[in-house]
Amino acid sequence: MTGPTRAAPSMDSIAAALAASGYIATTAITTTMFLALRLQKPVLVEGPAGVGKTELAQSLARGLDLPLVRLQCYEGLDEAKALYEWKYAKQLLYTQILKEKIADLTGETGSLSEALAALAGFQDVFFSRAFLEPRPILRALEDPRGAVLLIDEIDKSDEEFEALLLEVLAENQVTVPEIGTIKASVAPLVVLTSNATRELGDALKRRCLHLYIDFPDSERERRIVRARAPGISEQMLREVVAFVQRARSEKLRKLPSVSETVDWARTMVLMNADVLSPELVRDTLGVLLKRQADVAEVTDRIDVLTARARADAAGAG
Amino acid sequence: MEQVLAGFLRALRAAGSRVSPGEAIDAARTIALVGVADRATLKTSLAAVLAKSREERDTHDRVFDLYFRREFMAQKDEPDPASAPARDRAQANAAEDSFQALAESGDDAAIASALERAAAAVGAGDIRFATQTSFFARRMLEALGVERMEASLMERLRAGGDDNDRAADAMIGARLRMQRLARRVVEERYNVYGRPATETFLDDVVARRSIDALTVRDIARLKVLVARMAKRLSDRHARQRRVRDRGRLDVRRTLRANAGSQGVPFKVIWKIRKKDRPKVVAVCDVSGSVARSVRFLLMFLYAMNEKIADLRTFAFSSRLADVGPMLDGNDFDAAFERILRDLGGGSTDYGQALADLSDNHRDCVDRRTTVVILGDGRSNHADPRLDLFRALADQAKRVVWLSPEPEGQWGSGDSCLLQYRPHCTIMAHCATALDLERAIDDILGAYD
Repeated sequence: MTGPTRAAPSMDSIAAALAASGYIATTAITTTMFLALRLQKPVLVEGPAGVGKTELAQSLARGLDLPLVRLQCYEGLDEAKALYEWKYAKQLLYTQILKEKIADLTGETGSLSEALAALAGFQDVFFSRAFLEPRPILRALEDPRGAVLLIDEIDKSDEEFEALLLEVLAENQVTVPEIGTIKASVAPLVVLTSNATRELGDALKRRCLHLYIDFPDSERERRIVRARAPGISEQMLREVVAFVQRARSEKLRKLPSVSETVDWARTMVLMNADVLSPELVRDTLGVLLKRQADVAEVTDRIDVLTARARADAAGAG
Repeated sequence: MEQVLAGFLRALRAAGSRVSPGEAIDAARTIALVGVADRATLKTSLAAVLAKSREERDTHDRVFDLYFRREFMAQKDEPDPASAPARDRAQANAAEDSFQALAESGDDAAIASALERAAAAVGAGDIRFATQTSFFARRMLEALGVERMEASLMERLRAGGDDNDRAADAMIGARLRMQRLARRVVEERYNVYGRPATETFLDDVVARRSIDALTVRDIARLKVLVARMAKRLSDRHARQRRVRDRGRLDVRRTLRANAGSQGVPFKVIWKIRKKDRPKVVAVCDVSGSVARSVRFLLMFLYAMNEKIADLRTFAFSSRLADVGPMLDGNDFDAAFERILRDLGGGSTDYGQALADLSDNHRDCVDRRTTVVILGDGRSNHADPRLDLFRALADQAKRVVWLSPEPEGQWGSGDSCLLQYRPHCTIMAHCATALDLERAIDDILGAYD
């Protein structure tokens, strides 16, 4: 099943590939990616915003040394932007050249029907590969090395687009009515991400493996932050992560994501702080929380939260 | 392993997960790929292939734990399926004579594997209701030859004497012990195969029962069910909000897009029509007679907050108040109790409530709004203020009146429902959770 350019990866090699590109994966993530590669099935990654869904595809591409083709979804995305497009201007140019050459081609023929017969052979040229402009999905299918195709935020696209994807996801092929079916020589690894702003269609889900990435536990979050904000002291790292973990159990509209934890940790490094004090938290809370209501909510309880976070950090140490 | 996987898929389906044949094939390939040695890896792998949402994943993990605890135990004793039938027969013959010996052997593994085989022989996997447990346990003991032992037990009891009494006691003890173990095996089967089916059945019963007739236990069950129904409705109406109007050309954008091809319209752009977002104003009578239905209507509406983003809620008995802020983001039950305490006491006056609505909250109803009124229309003979109601109906997209009373009682005594009826888009009897679901489905349907 696997192509000539890709050796069948083992579970360990995938874990190693992810680790090499700096992605701290759980066993569930590694296992699912392993299955995706071996069963040649697309993966649908769901989870709250900012837990590293997109990052997963990027890291995997880097780790496996495959090109990454990214398709950002939005309302109104259609096949002309996702699959392929005809090069209209070039086709127009071609018709003009044809007009000039037409006398040469039909010169020796006597009647109109003979002229038409002579031209019939050129009809197909107009809608041919030469005039086909590949868009991300077709590009990923045609890459001889194989590719990681990241279809980002599929929930933002329309339902029609979902239907359009089914052929690609199930068969690794695209059908262009004028040309025929274009099949991938090496099946790409397709990663779809969704923030669940709407429920995806059943047909799409049934064709994918499913991976739910939740907010990381404190141990994994510490490892992520340590990798992303290198200058941070161990003490500060523990306290920052403990605070964020606490904050996630508060009643907030938008829970702080991992990327915001990383930003907050970097802020602490810049401010040369070693200890998480209520004042420091109050000053920098905007990095962590992006909604005024949430900031107000946490500000009221900042002393309690900070004290508890520090206790958690000390306990974990 | 095929047999084991088939059983697992059956258990999953019994628990309400949908497993397609394609997914079953994927599951088989997955097992071939990762093997069964590492239980944790097997669990995450099968979850990735078989569970397609967070809820399905929870179901999967629960069923996996229940199922594979038992299956692996039986597997260990039966490494070679080919020779198993022959050995089974031999063991069954032996067991007939030695039901007691088996019970007293103290060999847990042997007892467990004998019980597993007995369970398979009597089809304990077909159990549907908890009350069948004793029946299947008894059948299992019979399959293990308990009847033979019982016959000799009777003889000994008839004969009497110290020796016989002692032997009889031992037999009774053996039977009791095996009975307990057999029951446990059947209960496990019930948890895997039977319980989910029973749950579905009970859910269905509760959804069709009149809200007034619900017991405390029903209410707890209905709460979970309402959340699920709301999710289902949200999914059904989760459609895109913009539709391409394929009949009408967007000339300006078409010319612009084709500027590169000298205005030759290779690419045609159609006008886009935007759809209304559902906008709901709920006006609820919270006097004693209707409060219960109101609770579930509001629970339903608030469970759908991702779909109905624009929801205003008013409650009244004599005076009307905006209760949206109280319900928003707070614990629903506590907030609702408070609303009942604050507003539920007065004598019902629909006319006054309509006056309050049009005086203080006139701006919340526009031509995109559906007004949902939940009440019995019993206004204690006060002026129903039909003039205000007509104005409200003119202003709104639709007016949906849900009455907990059946149609035969509309207009009887102090009920003004028949007077309000001509101005409503729909007036419907709404007594069960299923009725509620249908009503809300209809309300959202007007926006699709």
